[in-house]
Amino acid sequence: MARMKFVCDAERCIECNGCVTACKNENEVPWGVNRRRVVTLNDGVPGEKSISVACMHCSDAPCMAVCPVQCFYRTEEGVVLHDKDVCIGCGYCSYACPFGAPQFPSQGTFGVRGKMDKCTFCAGGPEANGSEAEFEKYGRNRLAEGKLPACAEMCSTKALLAGDGDVVADIFRTRVVQRGKGAEVWGWGTAYGSQQAGTPPAGGVRK
Amino acid sequence: MRRPGLVFAGAALAASCLAACGEKPQTNAQGVKHDAVPWSGTGTQENVGTVFTAPGWKVGDKTAWQQQLKTRAQNGQNEYNKEN
Repeated sequence: MARMKFVCDAERCIECNGCVTACKNENEVPWGVNRRRVVTLNDGVPGEKSISVACMHCSDAPCMAVCPVQCFYRTEEGVVLHDKDVCIGCGYCSYACPFGAPQFPSQGTFGVRGKMDKCTFCAGGPEANGSEAEFEKYGRNRLAEGKLPACAEMCSTKALLAGDGDVVADIFRTRVVQRGKGAEVWGWGTAYGSQQAGTPPAGGVRK
Repeated sequence: MRRPGLVFAGAALAASCLAACGEKPQTNAQGVKHDAVPWSGTGTQENVGTVFTAPGWKVGDKTAWQQQLKTRAQNGQNEYNKEN
């Protein structure tokens, strides 16, 4: 099986924030924490685009590399998760992440930085699948229910795609071929290590 | 007499070069708690689902789970299947 991946189709995103709402509702994310948010690219410039951003579950995740207590782990399906019982809330992952995914609740007992919270690809955490402890710390475990992340399934224009990398890439490729534009997959190269799609290779146009 | 040594050195060199081609371990090497596999379902009993488990796949069957996610992605996110 390929790895679980997110793709946001900037040609389709209408900045409705449905994904943000779906995520907050499904996982009961606390106030002040947004695991997913919609970002406008080139705001105010003609042709501006919007994309939905969260943890991309990178192939070589920088958060994992910098964590001093090694609270991160990657599942067999390529989902990057973390153990909140190990996290010390230092914030290094926040500085390392190119997508701004790690979030820190500010209403905890121990000051401004609680334990890190981020998108789990709706895969919960290290607690038992579907348990109350897992839900309280990490949110719903939809993958174990045979479902895909709520943000993508809720997306009204199907701009946000989530699932097996092969499948979502194939769906996106079909769209690009049909419409003949909009091949830019924002963040794909950064997260999964290939060249940013739609951009010419370094050193000139490929022949 | 030198041949076995050369062969061994060559093999060691090839092994060390190829080691760089390997994928980094994706497992939980650092010892934090590890998650149960997602195809084991969310029920309190092993390999048993709940009312929230999506129908159409057998809990505990990895292949069925993978196929379920692929089918769900195609049905839910690829409207070209419906239009064309």
